[in-house]
Amino acid sequence: MAELTIPDMSLVVLVGVSGSGKSTFARAHFAPTQVMSSDFFRGLVADDENDQSASTDAFDALGYVAGKRLAAGRITVIDATNVQQSARATWVKLAKEHNVLPVAIVLDLPQSVCVARNDERPDRDFGAHVVKRQHDDLRRSVKSLSREGFRRVHVLRGQSEVDSATIAIEPLLNDRRTETGPFDVIGDVHGCRAELEELLGTLGYAITRDADGHAAGASHPDGRRAVFVGDLVDRGPDTPGVLRLAMGMVESGDALAVCGNHEQKLVRALRGRNVRMSHGIAESLEQLSTQPQGFRARAEEFCDGLVAHYVLDGGNLVVAHAGLPEAYHGRASGRVRSFALYGDTTGETDEYGLPVRYPWANEYRGRATVLYGHTPTLDAEWINNTMCLDTGVVFGGKLTALRYPEREVVSVAAHQVWYEPVKPLVPEVVETRPDGVLTLDDVAGRRVVETRCHGRISVRPEQAAAALEVMSRFAVDPRWLPYLPPTMAPVATSSRDGVLEHPEEAFAGYLADGVRTVVCEEKHMGSRAIVLACKDSARFGIEGAGAVYTRTGRPFLTPELTEELLARVCAAVDKAGLWNELDTDWLLLDAELMPWSAKAGALIRDQYASVGAAATAALPAATRTLEAAQARGVDVADLLSRTASRAANAEAFRAAYRPYCWPVDGLDGVRIAPFQLLAAADRVYHERPHSWHLALADRLCAADPVFAPTRHLVVDTGDPESVAAGVSWWTELTAGGGEGMVVKPEANLVRGERGLVQPGVKVRGREYLRIIYGPDYTEPAHLDRLRKRDLGRKRSLALREYALGLEALERLTAGEPLWRVHECVFAVLAMESEPVDPRL
Amino acid sequence: MLLTLTTTHQPATDLGYLLHKHPDRAQAFEIAAGTAHVFYPAATDDECTAALLIDIDPIALVRGKGRDRGFALAQYVNDRPYAAGSMLAVALGKVFRTAMGGRCKERPELVDTVLPLRVDIPALPCRGGTRVLERLFGPLGWRIDASPVPLDPAFPEWGDSRYVTVRLSTTARLAEALRQLYVLLPVLDGVKHYWISEDEIDKLLRAGEGWLSEHPERELITTRYLKHRKGFVHSALARLADADGVDAEELDNALDEPAVAPERQEPLTALRRRAVVSALREAGAARVLDLGCGGGALLADLLAEPSFTEILGVDVSARALEVAERSLHLDRLSDRVRERITLRQSALTYADPSLAGFDAAVLMEVIEHVDESRLGALEHSVFAVARPATVLVTTPNSEYNVRFESLPAGHFRHSDHRFEWTRAQFHEWAETVAAQHDYAVRYTGVGPDDAEVGTPTQMAVFTRKES
Repeated sequence: MAELTIPDMSLVVLVGVSGSGKSTFARAHFAPTQVMSSDFFRGLVADDENDQSASTDAFDALGYVAGKRLAAGRITVIDATNVQQSARATWVKLAKEHNVLPVAIVLDLPQSVCVARNDERPDRDFGAHVVKRQHDDLRRSVKSLSREGFRRVHVLRGQSEVDSATIAIEPLLNDRRTETGPFDVIGDVHGCRAELEELLGTLGYAITRDADGHAAGASHPDGRRAVFVGDLVDRGPDTPGVLRLAMGMVESGDALAVCGNHEQKLVRALRGRNVRMSHGIAESLEQLSTQPQGFRARAEEFCDGLVAHYVLDGGNLVVAHAGLPEAYHGRASGRVRSFALYGDTTGETDEYGLPVRYPWANEYRGRATVLYGHTPTLDAEWINNTMCLDTGVVFGGKLTALRYPEREVVSVAAHQVWYEPVKPLVPEVVETRPDGVLTLDDVAGRRVVETRCHGRISVRPEQAAAALEVMSRFAVDPRWLPYLPPTMAPVATSSRDGVLEHPEEAFAGYLADGVRTVVCEEKHMGSRAIVLACKDSARFGIEGAGAVYTRTGRPFLTPELTEELLARVCAAVDKAGLWNELDTDWLLLDAELMPWSAKAGALIRDQYASVGAAATAALPAATRTLEAAQARGVDVADLLSRTASRAANAEAFRAAYRPYCWPVDGLDGVRIAPFQLLAAADRVYHERPHSWHLALADRLCAADPVFAPTRHLVVDTGDPESVAAGVSWWTELTAGGGEGMVVKPEANLVRGERGLVQPGVKVRGREYLRIIYGPDYTEPAHLDRLRKRDLGRKRSLALREYALGLEALERLTAGEPLWRVHECVFAVLAMESEPVDPRL
Repeated sequence: MLLTLTTTHQPATDLGYLLHKHPDRAQAFEIAAGTAHVFYPAATDDECTAALLIDIDPIALVRGKGRDRGFALAQYVNDRPYAAGSMLAVALGKVFRTAMGGRCKERPELVDTVLPLRVDIPALPCRGGTRVLERLFGPLGWRIDASPVPLDPAFPEWGDSRYVTVRLSTTARLAEALRQLYVLLPVLDGVKHYWISEDEIDKLLRAGEGWLSEHPERELITTRYLKHRKGFVHSALARLADADGVDAEELDNALDEPAVAPERQEPLTALRRRAVVSALREAGAARVLDLGCGGGALLADLLAEPSFTEILGVDVSARALEVAERSLHLDRLSDRVRERITLRQSALTYADPSLAGFDAAVLMEVIEHVDESRLGALEHSVFAVARPATVLVTTPNSEYNVRFESLPAGHFRHSDHRFEWTRAQFHEWAETVAAQHDYAVRYTGVGPDDAEVGTPTQMAVFTRKES
């Protein structure tokens, strides 16, 4: 019984004449979706599987679909005769394009069997001569398959071999996804053994020594593993010592190592190949020459066996010596290996004679973190979720490791300059704003955003299109826009007389979700505002003090007033001692900016005040006219009482919007009520209880009267007395013209049995809702109908936007690149264009 | 909303016969979004008043329309239940159809009788103020007595609302007076009456027979109708505007007309396009990008020249692209022409690598719509990423603004302009960009060249230095 091994992700090309049983074989060993049959595609494009005139189109379509599968890294089987070299060449080329290995499985059956099978099939009317010609082609081909580029060739001769064959999928050497770390990824060592020992010590590894006292291994008490990014050898003072230590660690399972270009070259030199004695290889060879032959052989074997890149931690971490673009992750081909070893060279050399490297990391948009070395830089820095760890220890820089998943950089300084650099170490020169540039592909079209607290959230293309316009034409610079606030769902609809919303439903709702302690916060009569205040804006890659923006990212104030306001915010933060306490030089506040008229003045006048003016002009006149008719004895009693009631509603409507308006002159009259610290430095504060946030807000209020406090009350949802106190608090608040309140789980982010619990619900006042639902909404006939409102979409939207906002903050504080943060922020805006009843 | 109609004709109660509504009864009629009530607050021989009171059901007004109407808040809270606009006209037409048609069974002789008539409307939406009221009703012989309604007495600084309380008096045949009201009330109404169907508009126009063609303002009357037919803003931008508490049109203004006087503007837009096309020709460009193509005016000119073999128009506004697609009749072009042009959405503040490889890019009146703080991103997209051999940039020359009589001093030419530059400012920007991205730049003007302030439009032609 033959086991046919097939590397993972390969393109399997079946080769066999018509009637040799390729389709049957494919069916037996592969899933139907893995098999691309030329017959099937002929059927798709021409409604006839045997229409040979459709072959060109059929193969076009087949190649297209196969390409999509290979791009996604899926095993793909080509079920066609493939007896001619030219046909196979197409598949070899396709495999190479996608950096997967092509494999051939030949089904070599006697002609007579194939002819007989074709004869049994009524839809196959070609004669024996066709089979014979194919068979001749096949015979000629078999020997040349390896030469054509197939990396494995399996030939099955006769039906019994076909029947007994089994298929085994081999993982690729670079596939270490099951190893999840934690890891300490170590940059280019270049023979600097002393520094390596010191770094390992700093990282907490215990070094073991051989009989001669040489470091020969190291292990970490917590089971951490080191990963070397390659270039262990050359230039430095003790290449053999570094190899001894690294080999020991790799052999004992305490480390992994990928191949660097210097290892590659060293192997060639050790094998007596002619290599240029440049870039420090002479030193290595000299040092190795003093070592016993056995050690040299071991070193050669070790370096030769190194894999060019590893995919680790479920695909979240990729280590390659010179870095690797996403399309190459987990792939195997000469091109992938060459990139991993040498990087993307442009073919040019710089003024020092060194190859000019294409800055692939600037365009990196992959999900996996890529760690690499190869190009010495001054400091290890994140570029789009990638980091170069070669900090030039051999040139007198330092030896650097990154703790993963902690993403913490650990370095030790070089003990001396071991090798004069050809060119001075400089910070990685980055092409124009790599991190500040967003591409259309970062936001447009259908997108799926992976969030840590609510799974995958998808954005539809038309939502993205609307958001693109607003973001592009009206929003502040994306670098100032690390967050957009989520929409908030209203409380479940009340069935009490005369109201649509009532606090009791909020308390009962949270109790049902298992939330006992909630905080009621006064709903300010302003506009939602996000305040980003910076003492130092380095994290944002843009000069300035920050930004103050609306729910859709538009600036609230003129640049001058924004600057003035931010100066006051920063001074207050300073006075309250928060910079030090939070150990940060920037912070992001969720707040309400008042008055509402400051932002929505035109809307209030054009819409709300106009309705009020029209209503108060028309209704009293109507009432008088009806009274006159009634006095004449005409029966208009019902209409009169309804109209009189509407006249009163109109007055109430006016009274409802008036408190939102007051004059503002510059910053005079502007007030900000912060109610949550969203993020600062490397932390997101969504797990701090709201009482903590409100106490922090109070300290800002004490520092500067531009800040307004947020009145609040803690309620125990399981205690009827406490609930009653909450209800009467809301009643008083709204009777005094207040907008209402927001009820939130006091603990802040809460997960229930069915996932995230609503982070807050609004309970709006009866009078305020006139602005939203119209002056007469309180009329019983209207209320009954309005109660049928559907909250489901709004609640779902609120959770999705909340999760996206948090994700943006998590990415921001984890130091992730702009496009990763912006992707989430943009998605919030896109969600907001969803057609949901705007009155909710 | 309320309208009362009074006569002092003797006996005044004849009004009841004319209107076919008994003075001692209150009657109700179902109309599209509510109920129209007719009753008489006064009915003596000396004076008789009929009142038409319309009770709109604001919830029914919206029901069933929500999903395809764009869900803007303005649909739910608006002046329709109170203001005597187009809906009142529709109710007039329905409730007093017989009277309007000039038929009266009981007293046929009254139909041709000229009566003293008085119409009182407490809240009449009046776009353009009482002056327009005078222009519309004055030529027909009405006396107008109007006083504006303040927006909110609590905020006197807000001034007057768009409503007036009005008394209109005339001496005319009732049918004619009603038909004039029926047509002119909606004309005064500035709001788009998206609940009126097209056939009702045709009815309104029919009611103008006999007087509309002679009316000195017939132009205004008809154009206002046509304008109102454009329907409610469908775009999703309306929802984003709601989220921000601003009017939908504040965001959805990608296609708005500039503020400067049309008679000066019209040839300028054409001149500008001609200048751009000839500069493209001069540069030998065949594959051309129109960045910020808007409604597609330049695209049409480019399509007309076969030497432009590949034209890509992009705009950030999906609505602008729809308009461009319609105005270019893309669906009706021959394949040969059609294959030369592509329209799609892109944003210049985001780098779009698929814009690379073109011979030339045009930014015609685009940069001034981008906040100055975001110009850096646009420059990167155009000069570093798209990087065509030629880039044409046109923008207003703010020095010339003083020559636009209709433009108040200090105002921009378009409400969405984020800046307007002098020639020196434009040159400074262009030099910096050219130096940074290795382009050469030269300048030219479009429009009449004024010795003092230059041309109304300035244009920079950037040429990439390396091949």
